[in-house]
Amino acid sequence: MNLTLCVVAIMLVPLAAAGLSLIHQGLGRSRSAAHAMIASLCAIGIAAIVFVILGFSFAGYQGGPAQSFALAGFKFDWLGAASLAASGVRFDNSADVLAALTLCFQIFAVGIVAIIPISAGSDRWRLGPIAAATALVAAFAYPIFSHWVWGGGWLAQLGDTFSIPAFRDMGGSGVIHVVGGLMALSVVWIIGPRRGKYSTDGMATAIPGHNIVLVALGCILALVGWIGLNSAASMLFYGAPPEQVIAIIINTMLSASAGGLAVVATTRIRYRKPDASLSANGWTAGLVASSASGGLVSPLVAIFIGLIAGIIVAFLIENLELRLQVDDPGGAISVHAGAGIWGLIAFGIFGPTTAGSAAENILAQFVGIATLLGLILPLLHGGNLLLNHFFRFRVDSDGDWQGMDIRELGAGAYPEFVIHADEFVPR
Amino acid sequence: MGFVLLISGWALVLAALVLLTGVGQRFAFILAGIAVETLGLHLMGSAYKALQSMPKKSGAHR
Repeated sequence: MNLTLCVVAIMLVPLAAAGLSLIHQGLGRSRSAAHAMIASLCAIGIAAIVFVILGFSFAGYQGGPAQSFALAGFKFDWLGAASLAASGVRFDNSADVLAALTLCFQIFAVGIVAIIPISAGSDRWRLGPIAAATALVAAFAYPIFSHWVWGGGWLAQLGDTFSIPAFRDMGGSGVIHVVGGLMALSVVWIIGPRRGKYSTDGMATAIPGHNIVLVALGCILALVGWIGLNSAASMLFYGAPPEQVIAIIINTMLSASAGGLAVVATTRIRYRKPDASLSANGWTAGLVASSASGGLVSPLVAIFIGLIAGIIVAFLIENLELRLQVDDPGGAISVHAGAGIWGLIAFGIFGPTTAGSAAENILAQFVGIATLLGLILPLLHGGNLLLNHFFRFRVDSDGDWQGMDIRELGAGAYPEFVIHADEFVPR
Repeated sequence: MGFVLLISGWALVLAALVLLTGVGQRFAFILAGIAVETLGLHLMGSAYKALQSMPKKSGAHR
């Protein structure tokens, strides 16, 4: 592995978090913009600290110590067993470089998982519960699934245990985005929609994002971050050679472009004019879907993956909002869980067959997706319900109309927006 | 109920891996497991939707 290239790629990952934070706050209301950004900063910080203290021990790393048990004669590697507080990781020994790099990459990756649900809970999810839920994700949910896929756990060992190819996720479509998207779904179920979003007869009201310029800037920043994310994970967990990084950069760009353009075209056809916020979601969906396959598919396939991701997101956002009354202001559930699952399936269909037949490759991807839906979602939701019992997630009714900035921070993000009467007095 | 179906679907997938060997059989059972999970998701979503349309008590849920 090229150490320098891997470190440079890891250094780009925070740009993905920056981009997502800008997208989230831009798609929310102006009266909760500062709260959204501060919540993102807090979540990134808490996730990194909790992950280093506790999560890394459970996530482990390839070749590191792990807990396993036998079921019907099959061995299940289910949990990492690295030292607490990363005390066993050495930074002065080239033999331990994989553990050190994995820790370095994971503290940023877990931050991305933590900020995804903030978008869905925009305008009503309180800062304290955000911190508590972030700690839950960073300590347990993310490390467990990360170990199964990237730490040599049972999903990475499907070949040895069940004679089918391993579940593969080159850049974190499942490990990062689906986990974050499912967390977002759980949060929205618990806190309910924003006040005024639905009328008494269930009709949805449009509450547009307040700053599409920042959303677009966030999309560009996210692209750079995603290139780092996909490259670093592919090199760290799948031994991708430096030459493959070139394919990763190309595929990430193509997939994002196809996703964004697909939504521009879809909304142009359906509503006569392209929808700016949905198109930004399409761009992000393309990025998310590209993460599963990294540089292991051709550029043409990457375009197709992004295209379908964009179309899926455009329809999923609408259906969740109108049919299931899921109020997700930033589209986090559709973008991260929806496009992430599509990316994983697409990699099973179009990815190279390392072992077994093409059908077995798809089968392995389905096992991973089923684990996310059937085990990680109940774990996240159960944990969130328990937390909500002690720290009520939703702001009180006063906060609903004041906005989260005034309610929780005591000041708005844009104080100059207030029109002062004395400015119009002739001088 | 939806919660239980989610976990049951995953148990079905795990059982298919442990108990079956043929690709076709495994594929069928794993798809069935995912279908059960999808049903569980739908039930959970419907339950929360129904909860939202109930008359609000002060401080409850919202």
